[in-house]
Amino acid sequence: MQFDFNSTEPLYLQVAEQIEEAIFTNSFEEGTQVPSTTEISKQFHINPATVLKGMNILVTHHFLEKRRGLGMFVAAGAYARIREKRQSEFYDDYVVNLVKEAQKLSLSKTAILEMIKRGFENGQTN
Amino acid sequence: MVKPIKITHVSKTFGKQQVLDDINLTIEPETIYGLLGRNGAGKSTLFNIITNRLPLTRGEVTIGGQSVTNNDAVLNRIYLMSEANLYPSRMRVEDIFKLTKQLYQGMDEKLTQSLTQQFGLNSHARFNKLSTGSRSIMKLIIALAVDVDYVILDEPTLGLDANHRRMFYDALLDSYAKRPRSFVISTHLIEEVSQLIERVWVLQDHRIMIDETTEEMLNKGYAITGPINDVSTYTAGLNVIGHEELGHLVVHYVYGDLDNDRPIPDTISISHIDLQRLFIYLTNQEVAKVEN
Repeated sequence: MQFDFNSTEPLYLQVAEQIEEAIFTNSFEEGTQVPSTTEISKQFHINPATVLKGMNILVTHHFLEKRRGLGMFVAAGAYARIREKRQSEFYDDYVVNLVKEAQKLSLSKTAILEMIKRGFENGQTN
Repeated sequence: MVKPIKITHVSKTFGKQQVLDDINLTIEPETIYGLLGRNGAGKSTLFNIITNRLPLTRGEVTIGGQSVTNNDAVLNRIYLMSEANLYPSRMRVEDIFKLTKQLYQGMDEKLTQSLTQQFGLNSHARFNKLSTGSRSIMKLIIALAVDVDYVILDEPTLGLDANHRRMFYDALLDSYAKRPRSFVISTHLIEEVSQLIERVWVLQDHRIMIDETTEEMLNKGYAITGPINDVSTYTAGLNVIGHEELGHLVVHYVYGDLDNDRPIPDTISISHIDLQRLFIYLTNQEVAKVEN
């Protein structure tokens, strides 16, 4: 996990994203316990309230679940839910910016579609 | 139940000089605060008043309705670590630990020992033979190990190198996790504590300028960058706290709400800024005067 304290994104959102990323890359497997608020707080010098706020976002999304007296665990089906969420955000996160930048650079729609095709072809050979 | 410390309408004058002017703050239980202010803003005076080391001119400091003035029972629940050296100068570190244990309700001996070892502090050394850094370390160990409900740390990392500062933040959060209590930290190393503190107080011109959660405060700080005309049009009437110029490119720093009805030209970009820069612009009086 890596936190960018100079980033302008609120720290609790960074906490949520980092844990989400760890679940998505299978560093934290479904059904296993994630590090406690205290552990994350101590290791990265972040106020425990901030860490908890980040974790609670993941609980709301059903990526994490609280087990009474035990701690936080990666919920069953978390991976699929994260993928679904990211797929639905793909347009806003990537496509909108891509089109905006393309227009600034006077790149045509055809040129962009061509580049996307090329990207996919290169991606396949890699 | 631990009660909050209430600081109500506190003012302090030294002779004709006003050092604190109508301070109103609440120290809630189990919360970590950062008190930020320029040199001479009155931070240490405020801490000394909270702990009854200095008499106040007006107002009151209370815990659960009881004034702290000459009230040993409530003062015993607050520990102030400060630059002042209140120990007999030839006393050995280990004896200072013992003395503190008697003065307060108690001290976590295991923690004292393990921190002494971790920081490499020689407990047989006499206090007056310690370097500035070692003195800070000794005081920090006491502050973390003593059994109180409120710990006030005035420049806790004075003279500590980067490794020792890291160890201190580790120890602080560890101790807070094991026994949540209130911490109030004043420091000039804003970047290092910005993610530790839940709430920020900014003391400026002897008054409290800001009393917000760290998150709220960061949310209100913006950097607006772009060509001078577009930026100036966009920030007109907003609370501009500072600016930088690079030819026709300018950055305006704004604290407070932006005008949501105003269109954002695509030539300008808006981002948030970190706590340290926010603090610098908010407390830079010369810039503020030019703006006014």
